[in-house]
Amino acid sequence: MSQVNRIKGGLIDPATEITFTFNGKAMQGHPGDTLASALLANGQRLVGRSFKYHRPRGIFTAGSEEPNALVELRKGATQEPNTRATVTELFDGLEARSQNHRGSLEFDLMAVTDLLSPFLSAGFYYKTFMWPRAFWEKLYEPAIRASAGLGRLSMEEDPDRYDKGYLHCDLLVIGAGPAGLMAARTAARAGARVILADEDFVMGGRLNAETLEVDGKPGSDWAVGVVAELAAMANVRLMPRSTVYGAYDHGVYGVLERCTDHLATSGGKPRQVLWRVYARHAVLAAGATERPVAFGNNDRPGVMLAGAVRAYANRWGVAPGRRVAVFTNNDDGWRTAADLVAKGIEVPAVIDTRDAPAVCDVPGARHVRGAAVMDTRGRKGLRQITLTDGQMIDADCLAVSGGWNPNLHLTCHQRGRPEWRDDLAAFVPGRELPPGMVVAGAANGAMTLAAALREGCAVAETLGYADKSDLPRAEDEPRDCAPVWHVPQSRARAWLDLQNDVTVKDVKQAHQEGFRAVEHLKRYTTLGMATDQGKTANIPALAIMAECTGRTIPETGTTIFRPPYTPVPIGALAGRARGRAFRPYRLTPSHRWAEAHGATFVEVGNWLRAQWFARDGEQGWRDSVDREVLMTRGSVGICDVTTLGKIDIQGRDAGEFLNRVYCNGFATLAVGKVRYGLMLREDGIAYDDGTTARMGENHYVMTTTTANAVTVFRRLEFARQCLWPDLDVHLISTTDGWAQFAVAGPNARKLLRKVVDTEHDLSNEAFPFMGCGEVTVCGGMPARLFRISFSGELAYEVAVPARFGNAMMGVLMEAGREFDAVPYGTEALGVMRIEKGHAAGNELNGQTTAHNLGMGRMVSRKKDCIGNVLSQRPEMLRDDAVKLVGLRPVDRATGLISGSHFIGQGDAATMENDQGWMSSVAYSPSLEHSIGLGFLKRGDARMGEILRAVSPVHGREMEVEVVSAHFIDPDGERLRG
Amino acid sequence: MRYSAFKILREGLTGNKGWTPVWRDPDPKPEYDIVIIGGGGHGLATAYYLAKEFGLRNIAVLEKGWIGSGNVGRNTTIIRSNYMLPGNEPFYEMSLKLWEGLEQDFNYNAMVSQRSILNLFHSDAQRDAFVRRANAMFLAGADAELADADQLRAELPFLDFDNARFPIKGGLFQRRGGTVRHDAVAWGYARGAGSRGVDIIQNCEVTGFDIENGKCRGVETTRGAIRARKVAVCVAGSSGRVMALAGMRLPIESHVLQAFVTEGLKPVLPGVITFGAGHFYVSQSDKGGLVFGGDIDGYNSYAQRGNLPVVEDVAEGGMAIMPMIGRARLLRSWGGIMDMSMDGSPFIDRTHIDGLYFNGGWCYGGFKATPASGLCYAHLLAKDAPHPVATEMRLDRFARGHLIDEKGMGNQPNLH
Amino acid sequence: MIINHPLLGPRDAAEFVYLGDAALIDRPDWQAAEAAEAFHAYGYLRDNPAGAHQELWYHEQGDRSWLVVTRDTVSHEITQVELARDVARARGRSR
Repeated sequence: MSQVNRIKGGLIDPATEITFTFNGKAMQGHPGDTLASALLANGQRLVGRSFKYHRPRGIFTAGSEEPNALVELRKGATQEPNTRATVTELFDGLEARSQNHRGSLEFDLMAVTDLLSPFLSAGFYYKTFMWPRAFWEKLYEPAIRASAGLGRLSMEEDPDRYDKGYLHCDLLVIGAGPAGLMAARTAARAGARVILADEDFVMGGRLNAETLEVDGKPGSDWAVGVVAELAAMANVRLMPRSTVYGAYDHGVYGVLERCTDHLATSGGKPRQVLWRVYARHAVLAAGATERPVAFGNNDRPGVMLAGAVRAYANRWGVAPGRRVAVFTNNDDGWRTAADLVAKGIEVPAVIDTRDAPAVCDVPGARHVRGAAVMDTRGRKGLRQITLTDGQMIDADCLAVSGGWNPNLHLTCHQRGRPEWRDDLAAFVPGRELPPGMVVAGAANGAMTLAAALREGCAVAETLGYADKSDLPRAEDEPRDCAPVWHVPQSRARAWLDLQNDVTVKDVKQAHQEGFRAVEHLKRYTTLGMATDQGKTANIPALAIMAECTGRTIPETGTTIFRPPYTPVPIGALAGRARGRAFRPYRLTPSHRWAEAHGATFVEVGNWLRAQWFARDGEQGWRDSVDREVLMTRGSVGICDVTTLGKIDIQGRDAGEFLNRVYCNGFATLAVGKVRYGLMLREDGIAYDDGTTARMGENHYVMTTTTANAVTVFRRLEFARQCLWPDLDVHLISTTDGWAQFAVAGPNARKLLRKVVDTEHDLSNEAFPFMGCGEVTVCGGMPARLFRISFSGELAYEVAVPARFGNAMMGVLMEAGREFDAVPYGTEALGVMRIEKGHAAGNELNGQTTAHNLGMGRMVSRKKDCIGNVLSQRPEMLRDDAVKLVGLRPVDRATGLISGSHFIGQGDAATMENDQGWMSSVAYSPSLEHSIGLGFLKRGDARMGEILRAVSPVHGREMEVEVVSAHFIDPDGERLRG
Repeated sequence: MRYSAFKILREGLTGNKGWTPVWRDPDPKPEYDIVIIGGGGHGLATAYYLAKEFGLRNIAVLEKGWIGSGNVGRNTTIIRSNYMLPGNEPFYEMSLKLWEGLEQDFNYNAMVSQRSILNLFHSDAQRDAFVRRANAMFLAGADAELADADQLRAELPFLDFDNARFPIKGGLFQRRGGTVRHDAVAWGYARGAGSRGVDIIQNCEVTGFDIENGKCRGVETTRGAIRARKVAVCVAGSSGRVMALAGMRLPIESHVLQAFVTEGLKPVLPGVITFGAGHFYVSQSDKGGLVFGGDIDGYNSYAQRGNLPVVEDVAEGGMAIMPMIGRARLLRSWGGIMDMSMDGSPFIDRTHIDGLYFNGGWCYGGFKATPASGLCYAHLLAKDAPHPVATEMRLDRFARGHLIDEKGMGNQPNLH
Repeated sequence: MIINHPLLGPRDAAEFVYLGDAALIDRPDWQAAEAAEAFHAYGYLRDNPAGAHQELWYHEQGDRSWLVVTRDTVSHEITQVELARDVARARGRSR
């Protein structure tokens, strides 16, 4: 049998054997094992290497506080670095590998750093590697980085799925030990909606690791009974394998449930679920974590926490060693000795720092009073310990107990400060707890079983959940503790942070160098910054710093625990929002039509819009775009413009409202007319533009840019509700309600004549430029028609209810067949708007004013409007401000570059000589050369001037001529035709 | 004490017993020429440059907690000078140049690592804006480099090119950008200032100003009154609180920004990478942790902690561009208080109160500015005239209408 | 965070969009003699208190109400939530 250290008993299933591998070596274990218990059962003491000195490391704890036993779990894309063996449930076929060594685990070449440790003390790297300067990045840092980190990512996409969920409850109980079970049972019996979450896969907490009795039966049996009762109640949700990792504002808790981590594959189910729990109240019953005592060479495999040693024996039926010495400063350590002996494990000695009588009878063990362990031997595993009185004792395992620290982490997530309790020599939760949270059991300093049961029940009652049944019977076990943090007689290095290799000497050196604040200590030595966040190391280190400064521990301070309680995979935090599902797609009403007609799509915010429609024989996108522009300008083109924001505005004061939100006047807009409007932000910067149509006496339809559709609506609601609450005006967003199509080009009217029902007169006189109205199309379907033009052509926009949008696109194209109508995409739209000199997103970029855009005179000074006053600040109206102009290359064959800057002829290309920038460029198929829009200092007064447009990032520059931005039809004859 | 490899060898052989405090820990004197409020990166840098460049030594830095406890100790350690506007870019480029010589200058290895910063873009409009910015960087003497998607694929094959919601079209590199060991910056400046005679006084909170007839004559503190010819406020996220003691309202709101680090991993990321279609930026520290962040939580806050929606939003951004980090675990998250200004740009200026100076409004970009901010503030304090690269960082720019709004978001601080 | 909407009850803050200090309700008179100064203060200067803060939240993923929320910027505790329209009227805003 390979499980050399397997003993009888425990909560495992010895009848079923499962196989796993560690560093390729096959081993056996049983259901109920963790990877750590199985490794110990197989006699595998060396499981990893420390971060800095690459010292051999063994299993140190039996829980999530583990600093040492980190492995790479699984393989391929599911490889999972830094996984704690102590909380990894064993499954058949599990593959684990040790990490952070060069060469094999047994013969790590990097272990040479341990020999150099005198020169690698706290903060050594801040004091060297500075000369010569270039060497840091070429030599030193690459060497440091090469040895950085612990485990490896697979570098492949995480193939597992993660889900998110939301839960509501009256009471969230965090931890299913004796206090948590009692709190949950009490509240549940009183009818509360209870969620009981525990990070372990078996509920019961320490009851499963102890031989204590409740109601006269083994504690673990009692726990099974309570869990069964809770499981049968409809108002209770049991969440094993679920870590409450953070306490957020207003009773919101983050919970990570591990659904398939204990299985060989996730089998298509979500690997983990990230729950957001909204709890009226929470009981923190997270128990306590044992802390070590620091002494010479206390980091060898085989040196373990005493509570973990007995947990392995009691819960998992594993003897962590054959001869297990116990070193303690408190009564609890004695229980480890007693339990081990009861399991038939030899305990050669109990070394108690207190000069006091034995706490209990431990057959076969010597009781060494008032002494301590000061050194150990054994290269890759403990062989012998040396006591302060000079005795040497052979042992392959040393169980160390320095007392217990309440797990108060979640009480600190909202900046609560723990308080020190001398009788426990530990911090307990302070008075300022997250609202709604109470603490019970060991987490609250109630360190005995009877006290934990009592407190669990009592806190539920304080929260108003009373249960009349009797408390279960249990005893208060002895718990006296005389704090000892380190053994001063030790000459060898004594470890505090086992993972990051921080020793007592490092803390003393930090003190010597002035890093005396707790946070300075942490940051300077890296104490507590490893994957365990110092769960076992922080308090002893703090105590040593207190000793150095001559202050008390509470005066010295505490580090701030921050979420998460234990690390949470980024994949779980992201859930399903990844890949193409990162954000939703918004599709235009004619999306299906566009797909069927060769469209290439482009993301515009969350929208997908047709960018161009390729036809057979076209060599590239430019061919398609040029054709779409030329055919639109030559005959007629159709474009889905649904993405523009549409806001329906109604009410007796709607006109007045518009007058205040646009900088130009709207008071005189007649029914049946459309007006271009420019909106400013309150700080006077140009914000958004669009058209607003007056459909009726008290009814307007506003359009916004696609990009600002949401924020314009938000701002209008602000103006309506907060600035002018008594204006009679109502808003609703109809962006998704109407499909809207631009029909542009000389044949636009002819085309629409075939679609719009004949009773509507579309003649230039009856329906002139900037006219609008309700019409019907296709024989009675309601529609809206606007005679507006972004392209500069004779153009209309026709809107139909969105559900008819896809069909409408087909109808328009069919009607246009005789005119060779083309669908056009956003590229052609962009080319035509540049040809026409219309500002768009690149010009309305939040940094430009109406003055810059050449629309300064639109800002009416005769009325109040958003942005009016601040737009008149002196430096925003400077004469030498940049103005929007058109640009064309002097050499017409040259393509302009958007983002190039304007520099005068003969000037150096420096920021002082910067005269502006090119904001948009396009190839104009109409003019057959490149054209651009740009902002140029005093640009409006510089027509005809020749400048350099420089783009050093491309290594290029070219001469450009300043021209009017209206490249096509400057007098607007086409759109009025 | 001069630090060197030799010094480390000698100390190592003699038990590391000879190290002395990195900065002195004196009691406050009753009077100084200049009192700097705030022992963060900018305050300590200001003291350092006042002493080193302007020969002023009778200076105290007052810190309410421990030095470096503010944003210099809780940021994502990125340095860069990829700004666009004339009011900013020369300043940040000077800062980057100071970073490049900093360690030799103050004899402390802050691990300035020019591993490059990459801003991804996902649309043509974004590319146009980046080209404009890159060219502005060139005009100011900085470096910039455009890369298309193919180049990025070759250099960073783990990015999601094939299954992305917002496909990567390219990116803007600044190869001289990178990261710095943030705490060490505070300690290095403290060491450099302290050794030149500056008193660094920890656990000394300013509780009031001594202002008489429009002139500031000193401060009240938890360790007694201290008189000063000039008082220089430099308290980042606490700007609103401290300046309220002088009766001033500022164009600043305090917001919380969260930051995150994963467990240590073997090297996977060469430099800093930022997502252009979501909120996520990331680098890998010399210890192996992925250090990342995203958007501010968005509401006024003085609590150094944030909430879950932003945590999840940032993780989503990370998975969107590099889905190979799914099994990396978030180890720790924390929050810092950002002094978000009304146009996203900072202030280094006198106030209307004679003898009272203000440095703040750094939003979440203050760390990279530390050296230049210190030097420019020192220049202002020593000469009563702004440093040439900081002439636009004035408090009155909103009244005048001269904004330095890189993102074009206007007077809404949580959008910058 | 959870905002107790006066019409809809407790809602996750993620449904809302934050604007800033509720003083943004108090938009100055554009024709006042000191309008430039008043708009500068309105647009740019903030009390930015560490403590109780009246602030504007917009229920964008909900009923589109603007709310005035009184929240402590240090503890994040919310003590009052009102419809901004009611607050605006109470402060004398009308048409």
